[in-house]
Amino acid sequence: MKKGFRQSMAWLHTWSGLVVGWVLFAVFVTGTASYYRAEISRWMQPELRREATVTPDALAQAADLAVAHLQANAAGARMWFVTLPTAERPLVELFWRTRPGTPPGHVLLDPRTGGPAELRATKGGDFFYRFHFELHLPPLWGRWIVGICAMIMLVALVSGVITHRRIFSDFFTLRRDKAAQRGWLDAHNVSGVLALPFHLMITYTGVVTLALMYMPWGVTAAYHGDQQAYFAETGQITQGRPPAGQPGTLAPVGPMVREAMARIPEPLERLTIINPRDANATVVAVFEEPHGLSHEHPQVAFAGTSGTVVEVLSGGLRPAAKTFTTMVGLHEAHFAGPALRVLFFLCGLMGCAMVGSGLVLWCVARLPKAGAPAGLGWRLVHGLNVGAIAGLPAGIAAYLLANRLLPLDLAGRAEREVWVFFGTWIVVAVAGSLPAPRRAWRGATALVAALFVAVVVADLATAQATWDDPAWFLGFDAALLALAAGFAVISHKVDRFAAPRRARAAAGGQAGEPQMGPA
Amino acid sequence: MALSPTLPGRAAVAGRVVLAAGGGYGIAALSTALLSLTLPMPRAEAVTTATLASFAIMIAIVVVAFAARSLARAALVIGGLAVVLGLALWLVAGAGPIGAAP
Repeated sequence: MKKGFRQSMAWLHTWSGLVVGWVLFAVFVTGTASYYRAEISRWMQPELRREATVTPDALAQAADLAVAHLQANAAGARMWFVTLPTAERPLVELFWRTRPGTPPGHVLLDPRTGGPAELRATKGGDFFYRFHFELHLPPLWGRWIVGICAMIMLVALVSGVITHRRIFSDFFTLRRDKAAQRGWLDAHNVSGVLALPFHLMITYTGVVTLALMYMPWGVTAAYHGDQQAYFAETGQITQGRPPAGQPGTLAPVGPMVREAMARIPEPLERLTIINPRDANATVVAVFEEPHGLSHEHPQVAFAGTSGTVVEVLSGGLRPAAKTFTTMVGLHEAHFAGPALRVLFFLCGLMGCAMVGSGLVLWCVARLPKAGAPAGLGWRLVHGLNVGAIAGLPAGIAAYLLANRLLPLDLAGRAEREVWVFFGTWIVVAVAGSLPAPRRAWRGATALVAALFVAVVVADLATAQATWDDPAWFLGFDAALLALAAGFAVISHKVDRFAAPRRARAAAGGQAGEPQMGPA
Repeated sequence: MALSPTLPGRAAVAGRVVLAAGGGYGIAALSTALLSLTLPMPRAEAVTTATLASFAIMIAIVVVAFAARSLARAALVIGGLAVVLGLALWLVAGAGPIGAAP
């Protein structure tokens, strides 16, 4: 690092990007998919019938049915979570937590009958959403790993920006006809620089969504570590009501639902019922976010045994709290309508391309000289690159394929879909590390394309009869075919590409760090 | 320092990685606690502001750790900053453990 600021940052960018690149790629891909989490869930449960509207009466009735089910099946739980039906998703979803460390209970009910909903079991789009920040690991482990990787990504972004001598000309530079290394460097620059505001925003706000977990020391210093007190004081949640220790009987929630809806104009989204069998039980009605960037749910809290309103939260956050909720809102993009959502999705794809091209660039810049064997490090990075960049999309396609092909009454069906996802990913990663690099890339990307086509074929063959809106399902399938076409084009390009001999030899010769700015 | 095949070279890189991670997080944590107690705004606002800023502070420290001319100089700058922040926090929060302050 005696070489000066920019060189030390180039070094930092290369190596910090490499060590977390594979995790970041997975986080970017599943996070990008999560912009369409609700759509993926809908596609994966084609039996679901949407409704024109859900009336306040229907909501109140659904809430009563939900509480009756929880009283019968989750009496010992500390917390009940009731997601109420919407026109798009006319289902009651129940979660309950008995004690920390035990898995939460979960069931989907038909809001008209109160019985279990007649749908195929699947984790749907929620699987990608949770994988995006927990990697399917125990939550604490997954969140810390993703958080650390996100911080290193920020380091890579900042050092990458410093490394650029002429960031604006890099906007417009794509030298396809030069050496392979130049082309990959430019691809990395274009995908990184063009969407740079998005990348910085999404990474920083992503860390901010779990800020209190990663950086609890402000709350430790000022609140003795009481996060609930902190959140209540910022106005993001209603004041906590500690249990009385005396048994109590929950009042009917139907009237509370009507009362809450009379006070807040937004659609009612869910109920949280805390200490449901205690004399000091609390029912909190949580509404959808009002129009705007901020992640800020209006809430009405009721004393559970009497049904009287104890607190109404609706807007009025102070500047710092508003900044915090706006950052979370920007990350989740719930505010984005269809057109803006497409833009977010495309920016997410640019993020995938930036991480992926950076990983490939590392390998291309260090191609072994003609005839020389590749070193262990090079082969390891190459194998992980194929495993991540082609293996993960293959796993996603296989997950969707399993959703259509596994028997509907299979025991543990939702978990089997997840097994198929990881099984396919592992098989592609292992098989992709065996053949020569170009054959590996060509074969793996062709396989991904074939798998996405297979998903569409399986959908048409098995689920067409259950579609409630054929145009919508055909649109989803068309998007899958577009993905397949993208991978097919990549496979074809890999097959056809021939690097100029001289350029390739030159790239092999300077196998040190890649040159970021024009030399 | 493209690839530092020598042992001292590698040790220096490892030292910077440890300094960047530990020092970066440590400075960010200390400054979050200190700003939470000292920013002239309501308590909840001070905590939120300090926590939101903490990640930018950590990134800045990481850049310092890797940009400094030598590992010793980086350790001196970051260690000195940590001592100053720690002392200030000790003065603000009182002699008791963090969190015991009113």
